[in-house]
Amino acid sequence: MQPITPETVQNEIDKFLNQDVYLHLETTNGAYASHFNQSFFSVGAYIRNAKINFERGVITGEKSPYRAGLKINIGWVYAEGLTHWEVNEDGQLLLAGHDAEGKLAVALQLSPHPFE
Amino acid sequence: MSHEHVLVVFPHPDDEAFGVSGTIAMNTKKGVPVTYVCLTLGEMGRNMGNPPFATRESLPKIRKKELETAAGVLNISDLRCWGLRDKTVEFEDPKTLAARIENVIDELKPSLIITFYPGYSVHPDHEATGAAVIRAVEQLPADKRPAVHCVAFSNDCYEMLGEPDVINDVSSVSDQKLEAIKAHRSQTEWIIAAMAEENKDKVPEVLKRMNREQFWTYKF
Ligand SMILES: [Zn+2]
Repeated sequence: MQPITPETVQNEIDKFLNQDVYLHLETTNGAYASHFNQSFFSVGAYIRNAKINFERGVITGEKSPYRAGLKINIGWVYAEGLTHWEVNEDGQLLLAGHDAEGKLAVALQLSPHPFE
Repeated sequence: MSHEHVLVVFPHPDDEAFGVSGTIAMNTKKGVPVTYVCLTLGEMGRNMGNPPFATRESLPKIRKKELETAAGVLNISDLRCWGLRDKTVEFEDPKTLAARIENVIDELKPSLIITFYPGYSVHPDHEATGAAVIRAVEQLPADKRPAVHCVAFSNDCYEMLGEPDVINDVSSVSDQKLEAIKAHRSQTEWIIAAMAEENKDKVPEVLKRMNREQFWTYKF
Protein backbone atom coordinates (compact mmCIF):
# COMPACT_ATOMS: atom_id res chain seq x y z
CA MET A 1 0.00 0.00 0.00
CA GLN A 2 0.98 3.62 -0.54
CA PRO A 3 0.40 6.68 1.64
CA ILE A 4 -2.77 8.36 0.41
CA THR A 5 -2.52 11.16 -2.10
CA PRO A 6 -6.09 12.49 -2.22
CA GLU A 7 -6.17 13.41 -5.93
CA THR A 8 -5.12 9.91 -7.01
CA VAL A 9 -7.54 8.20 -4.63
CA GLN A 10 -10.37 10.53 -5.69
CA ASN A 11 -9.77 9.38 -9.25
CA GLU A 12 -10.00 5.74 -8.19
CA ILE A 13 -13.20 6.30 -6.17
CA ASP A 14 -14.82 7.93 -9.19
CA LYS A 15 -14.32 4.72 -11.19
CA PHE A 16 -16.88 3.03 -8.89
CA LEU A 17 -19.60 5.71 -9.27
CA ASN A 18 -23.17 4.81 -10.25
CA GLN A 19 -22.86 1.03 -10.45
CA ASP A 20 -23.44 -1.88 -8.11
CA VAL A 21 -20.25 -2.41 -6.12
CA TYR A 22 -19.29 -4.45 -3.06
CA LEU A 23 -18.25 -2.78 0.17
CA HIS A 24 -15.97 -3.90 2.99
CA LEU A 25 -16.07 -1.53 5.96
CA GLU A 26 -14.34 -2.22 9.23
CA THR A 27 -13.13 -0.55 12.36
CA THR A 28 -11.19 -2.44 14.99
CA ASN A 29 -9.03 -1.92 18.02
CA GLY A 30 -8.11 -5.59 18.21
CA ALA A 31 -9.54 -8.44 20.21
CA TYR A 32 -6.96 -8.09 22.98
CA ALA A 33 -7.37 -4.40 23.87
CA SER A 34 -9.46 -5.10 26.98
CA HIS A 35 -7.19 -8.01 27.97
CA PHE A 36 -4.13 -5.77 28.17
CA ASN A 37 -6.00 -2.78 29.60
CA GLN A 38 -9.15 -3.69 31.49
CA SER A 39 -10.47 -0.14 31.50
CA PHE A 40 -10.29 -0.02 27.70
CA PHE A 41 -13.70 0.05 26.05
CA SER A 42 -13.23 -2.24 23.08
CA VAL A 43 -15.31 -1.57 20.00
CA GLY A 44 -15.34 -2.58 16.38
CA ALA A 45 -17.73 -2.94 13.48
CA TYR A 46 -17.50 -4.99 10.35
CA ILE A 47 -19.46 -5.38 7.16
CA ARG A 48 -18.28 -7.46 4.23
CA ASN A 49 -19.87 -7.61 0.81
CA ALA A 50 -22.67 -5.13 1.23
CA LYS A 51 -23.88 -4.27 -2.26
CA ILE A 52 -24.10 -0.52 -2.70
CA ASN A 53 -24.45 2.02 -5.47
CA PHE A 54 -23.16 5.53 -4.79
CA GLU A 55 -23.76 8.72 -6.70
CA ARG A 56 -21.05 10.75 -4.98
CA GLY A 57 -17.81 9.67 -3.35
CA VAL A 58 -15.28 12.01 -1.75
CA ILE A 59 -11.94 11.69 -0.04
CA THR A 60 -11.08 14.73 2.03
CA GLY A 61 -8.86 16.12 4.78
CA GLU A 62 -5.99 18.60 5.02
CA LYS A 63 -3.40 15.93 5.62
CA SER A 64 -3.15 12.25 6.56
CA PRO A 65 -5.20 10.68 8.07
CA TYR A 66 -7.99 11.37 5.57
CA ARG A 67 -11.75 10.83 5.55
CA ALA A 68 -13.89 9.27 2.85
CA GLY A 69 -17.66 9.41 2.35
CA LEU A 70 -19.93 7.72 -0.15
CA LYS A 71 -23.44 9.04 -0.75
CA ILE A 72 -25.74 6.14 -1.60
CA ASN A 73 -29.29 6.64 -2.82
CA ILE A 74 -30.87 6.22 0.64
CA GLY A 75 -27.98 6.90 2.99
CA TRP A 76 -24.26 7.21 3.61
CA VAL A 77 -21.06 5.29 4.13
CA TYR A 78 -18.03 6.94 5.68
CA ALA A 79 -14.73 6.23 7.34
CA GLU A 80 -12.10 8.36 9.02
CA GLY A 81 -8.48 7.74 9.90
CA LEU A 82 -7.44 6.59 6.42
CA THR A 83 -3.71 6.62 5.73
CA HIS A 84 -2.95 4.13 2.93
CA TRP A 85 -4.41 3.00 -0.37
CA GLU A 86 -3.93 0.41 -3.08
CA VAL A 87 -5.71 -0.98 -6.12
CA ASN A 88 -4.92 -4.68 -5.96
CA GLU A 89 -4.63 -7.27 -8.74
CA ASP A 90 -8.38 -7.96 -8.45
CA GLY A 91 -9.24 -4.35 -9.27
CA GLN A 92 -10.35 -3.67 -5.70
CA LEU A 93 -9.78 -0.25 -4.18
CA LEU A 94 -8.41 -0.73 -0.67
CA LEU A 95 -8.28 2.19 1.75
CA ALA A 96 -6.91 1.57 5.22
CA GLY A 97 -5.93 3.48 8.33
CA HIS A 98 -2.82 2.20 10.09
CA ASP A 99 -1.64 3.45 13.46
CA ALA A 100 1.98 4.36 14.21
CA GLU A 101 2.84 0.71 14.82
CA GLY A 102 1.47 -0.36 11.45
CA LYS A 103 -1.68 -1.92 12.89
CA LEU A 104 -4.87 -1.65 10.89
CA ALA A 105 -7.58 0.35 12.67
CA VAL A 106 -10.03 1.08 9.87
CA ALA A 107 -10.65 -0.19 6.34
CA LEU A 108 -12.96 0.94 3.57
CA GLN A 109 -12.78 -1.15 0.42
CA LEU A 110 -14.69 -1.28 -2.86
CA SER A 111 -14.79 -4.11 -5.34
CA PRO A 112 -16.58 -4.64 -8.66
CA HIS A 113 -17.21 -8.28 -7.59
CA PRO A 114 -17.79 -9.83 -4.15
CA PHE A 115 -14.79 -9.94 -1.82
CA GLU A 116 -13.43 -13.44 -1.33
CA MET B 1 -1.27 -46.59 24.95
CA SER B 2 -0.79 -48.48 21.69
CA HIS B 3 -2.30 -45.89 19.40
CA GLU B 4 -1.09 -42.34 19.79
CA HIS B 5 -2.31 -39.40 17.75
CA VAL B 6 -2.43 -35.75 18.76
CA LEU B 7 -5.23 -33.53 17.49
CA VAL B 8 -4.66 -29.77 17.77
CA VAL B 9 -7.68 -27.51 17.24
CA PHE B 10 -7.16 -23.76 17.13
CA PRO B 11 -8.92 -20.90 15.34
CA HIS B 12 -5.89 -18.86 14.20
CA PRO B 13 -2.78 -19.78 12.23
CA ASP B 14 -0.33 -18.66 14.95
CA ASP B 15 -2.22 -19.92 18.02
CA GLU B 16 0.24 -22.80 18.40
CA ALA B 17 3.39 -20.71 18.02
CA PHE B 18 4.40 -19.57 21.50
CA GLY B 19 2.59 -22.03 23.75
CA VAL B 20 2.23 -25.33 21.91
CA SER B 21 4.72 -25.67 19.04
CA GLY B 22 7.36 -27.27 21.26
CA THR B 23 4.89 -29.89 22.47
CA ILE B 24 3.92 -30.59 18.85
CA ALA B 25 7.57 -30.96 17.84
CA MET B 26 8.27 -33.32 20.76
CA ASN B 27 5.41 -35.53 19.63
CA THR B 28 6.37 -35.64 15.95
CA LYS B 29 9.97 -36.32 17.02
CA LYS B 30 8.72 -39.42 18.85
CA GLY B 31 6.87 -40.45 15.70
CA VAL B 32 3.42 -39.53 17.04
CA PRO B 33 1.31 -38.13 14.19
CA VAL B 34 -0.13 -34.67 14.76
CA THR B 35 -3.22 -33.32 13.02
CA TYR B 36 -3.71 -29.56 13.16
CA VAL B 37 -7.20 -28.25 12.48
CA CYS B 38 -7.06 -24.48 12.01
CA LEU B 39 -10.50 -22.95 11.76
CA THR B 40 -9.69 -19.59 10.15
CA LEU B 41 -6.81 -17.93 8.34
CA GLY B 42 -6.58 -15.04 10.79
CA GLU B 43 -8.09 -12.75 8.17
CA MET B 44 -8.67 -10.01 10.75
CA GLY B 45 -5.07 -9.67 11.89
CA ARG B 46 -4.14 -6.04 12.40
CA ASN B 47 -0.40 -6.05 11.95
CA MET B 48 0.19 -4.76 8.42
CA GLY B 49 3.68 -3.32 9.00
CA ASN B 50 5.09 0.16 8.68
CA PRO B 51 5.45 0.59 5.76
CA PRO B 52 2.64 -1.91 5.12
CA PHE B 53 3.62 -5.35 3.75
CA ALA B 54 0.05 -6.70 3.69
CA THR B 55 -3.53 -5.61 3.08
CA ARG B 56 -6.82 -6.84 4.50
CA GLU B 57 -7.17 -8.89 1.30
CA SER B 58 -3.64 -10.29 1.01
CA LEU B 59 -3.20 -11.14 4.71
CA PRO B 60 -5.05 -14.50 4.66
CA LYS B 61 -2.90 -15.71 1.74
CA ILE B 62 0.26 -14.68 3.58
CA ARG B 63 -0.87 -16.31 6.82
CA LYS B 64 -1.83 -19.56 5.10
CA LYS B 65 1.68 -19.83 3.64
CA GLU B 66 3.18 -19.06 7.04
CA LEU B 67 1.06 -21.76 8.66
CA GLU B 68 2.15 -24.28 6.05
CA THR B 69 5.77 -23.36 6.67
CA ALA B 70 5.33 -23.70 10.45
CA ALA B 71 3.58 -27.05 9.99
CA GLY B 72 6.54 -28.19 7.88
CA VAL B 73 9.03 -27.09 10.54
CA LEU B 74 7.09 -29.03 13.18
CA ASN B 75 6.66 -32.11 10.93
CA ILE B 76 2.88 -31.90 11.12
CA SER B 77 1.73 -34.31 8.43
CA ASP B 78 -1.95 -33.42 8.46
CA LEU B 79 -2.90 -29.74 8.34
CA ARG B 80 -6.56 -28.91 7.82
CA CYS B 81 -7.72 -25.36 7.18
CA TRP B 82 -11.46 -25.16 7.60
CA GLY B 83 -12.04 -21.80 5.96
CA LEU B 84 -14.15 -20.17 8.62
CA ARG B 85 -13.66 -16.45 8.99
CA ASP B 86 -11.62 -14.85 11.74
CA LYS B 87 -13.73 -13.30 14.53
CA THR B 88 -16.91 -15.05 13.37
CA VAL B 89 -16.44 -18.47 15.03
CA GLU B 90 -18.63 -17.52 18.01
CA PHE B 91 -21.47 -16.67 15.64
CA GLU B 92 -21.49 -20.09 13.96
CA ASP B 93 -23.97 -22.71 15.15
CA PRO B 94 -22.13 -24.35 18.08
CA LYS B 95 -23.86 -27.68 17.47
CA THR B 96 -22.75 -27.83 13.84
CA LEU B 97 -19.20 -26.86 14.75
CA ALA B 98 -19.04 -29.46 17.52
CA ALA B 99 -20.42 -32.11 15.13
CA ARG B 100 -17.70 -31.28 12.62
CA ILE B 101 -15.05 -31.71 15.31
CA GLU B 102 -16.71 -34.93 16.45
CA ASN B 103 -16.31 -36.29 12.90
CA VAL B 104 -12.58 -35.63 13.06
CA ILE B 105 -12.36 -37.32 16.46
CA ASP B 106 -14.22 -40.34 15.09
CA GLU B 107 -11.90 -40.47 12.11
CA LEU B 108 -8.58 -40.08 13.94
CA LYS B 109 -9.34 -41.49 17.39
CA PRO B 110 -6.78 -39.13 18.92
CA SER B 111 -5.15 -40.03 22.22
CA LEU B 112 -4.76 -36.34 23.07
CA ILE B 113 -6.51 -33.16 21.99
CA ILE B 114 -4.97 -29.72 22.49
CA THR B 115 -7.21 -26.65 22.32
CA PHE B 116 -8.16 -23.52 24.26
CA TYR B 117 -9.77 -23.68 27.69
CA PRO B 118 -13.29 -22.30 27.17
CA GLY B 119 -13.87 -19.34 29.44
CA TYR B 120 -10.18 -18.61 29.98
CA SER B 121 -8.72 -17.89 26.57
CA VAL B 122 -9.58 -14.21 25.95
CA HIS B 123 -10.34 -14.06 22.21
CA PRO B 124 -13.97 -14.90 21.31
CA ASP B 125 -12.74 -17.30 18.59
CA HIS B 126 -10.56 -19.09 21.16
CA GLU B 127 -13.49 -19.44 23.54
CA ALA B 128 -15.85 -20.71 20.83
CA THR B 129 -13.28 -23.18 19.51
CA GLY B 130 -12.50 -24.59 22.94
CA ALA B 131 -16.20 -24.83 23.74
CA ALA B 132 -16.90 -26.72 20.50
CA VAL B 133 -14.10 -29.20 21.20
CA ILE B 134 -15.32 -29.82 24.74
CA ARG B 135 -18.86 -30.26 23.47
CA ALA B 136 -17.65 -32.77 20.89
CA VAL B 137 -15.64 -34.78 23.43
CA GLU B 138 -18.55 -34.73 25.87
CA GLN B 139 -20.62 -36.67 23.33
CA LEU B 140 -18.26 -39.61 23.76
CA PRO B 141 -18.77 -42.16 26.54
CA ALA B 142 -16.48 -41.24 29.45
CA ASP B 143 -14.15 -44.21 28.92
CA LYS B 144 -13.66 -43.35 25.23
CA ARG B 145 -12.68 -39.72 25.79
CA PRO B 146 -9.14 -38.66 24.89
CA ALA B 147 -7.27 -36.40 27.29
CA VAL B 148 -7.85 -32.73 26.52
CA HIS B 149 -5.00 -30.36 27.35
CA CYS B 150 -6.13 -26.75 27.33
CA VAL B 151 -4.27 -23.49 26.84
CA ALA B 152 -5.50 -20.66 29.09
CA PHE B 153 -4.18 -17.13 29.47
CA SER B 154 -7.02 -14.93 30.70
CA ASN B 155 -6.12 -12.58 33.53
CA ASP B 156 -8.07 -14.75 35.99
CA CYS B 157 -6.98 -18.19 34.76
CA TYR B 158 -4.64 -18.98 37.70
CA GLU B 159 -7.15 -17.70 40.20
CA MET B 160 -9.96 -19.80 38.72
CA LEU B 161 -8.16 -22.92 37.46
CA GLY B 162 -5.21 -23.12 39.82
CA GLU B 163 -1.75 -24.04 38.57
CA PRO B 164 -1.50 -25.83 35.22
CA ASP B 165 -1.12 -29.59 35.76
CA VAL B 166 0.80 -30.36 32.59
CA ILE B 167 4.23 -28.77 32.20
CA ASN B 168 6.26 -29.73 29.16
CA ASP B 169 9.97 -28.93 29.03
CA VAL B 170 10.50 -28.44 25.30
CA SER B 171 14.16 -27.37 25.45
CA SER B 172 15.16 -30.42 23.38
CA VAL B 173 13.25 -28.95 20.41
CA SER B 174 13.83 -25.26 21.14
CA ASP B 175 15.42 -24.61 17.72
CA GLN B 176 12.38 -26.04 15.97
CA LYS B 177 10.10 -23.99 18.19
CA LEU B 178 11.95 -20.79 17.38
CA GLU B 179 11.77 -21.62 13.65
CA ALA B 180 8.02 -22.25 13.93
CA ILE B 181 7.51 -18.94 15.70
CA LYS B 182 9.56 -17.16 13.04
CA ALA B 183 7.55 -18.87 10.30
CA HIS B 184 4.55 -16.77 11.36
CA ARG B 185 6.54 -13.77 10.32
CA SER B 186 3.62 -11.38 9.73
CA GLN B 187 2.49 -11.96 13.31
CA THR B 188 5.69 -12.51 15.26
CA GLU B 189 8.43 -10.45 13.64
CA TRP B 190 7.65 -7.35 15.67
CA ILE B 191 7.23 -9.37 18.86
CA ILE B 192 10.63 -11.00 18.37
CA ALA B 193 12.17 -7.60 17.61
CA ALA B 194 10.58 -6.10 20.75
CA MET B 195 11.75 -9.06 22.85
CA ALA B 196 15.30 -8.77 21.54
CA GLU B 197 15.28 -5.05 22.26
CA GLU B 198 13.85 -5.35 25.78
CA ASN B 199 15.73 -8.42 26.86
CA LYS B 200 19.23 -7.88 25.54
CA ASP B 201 20.74 -9.01 28.85
CA LYS B 202 18.03 -11.51 29.71
CA VAL B 203 18.09 -13.84 26.73
CA PRO B 204 18.59 -16.96 28.89
CA GLU B 205 15.52 -16.10 30.97
CA VAL B 206 13.37 -15.53 27.89
CA LEU B 207 14.54 -18.85 26.47
CA LYS B 208 13.76 -20.60 29.73
CA ARG B 209 10.23 -19.22 29.61
CA MET B 210 9.88 -20.29 25.96
CA ASN B 211 11.02 -23.80 26.82
CA ARG B 212 8.20 -24.29 29.27
CA GLU B 213 4.77 -25.05 27.82
CA GLN B 214 1.85 -25.46 30.16
CA PHE B 215 -1.65 -26.87 29.95
CA TRP B 216 -4.66 -27.48 32.12
CA THR B 217 -6.23 -30.91 31.70
CA TYR B 218 -9.94 -30.41 31.14
CA LYS B 219 -12.06 -32.06 33.81
CA PHE B 220 -15.32 -33.35 32.40
ZN1 LIG C 1 -5.73 -16.75 18.33
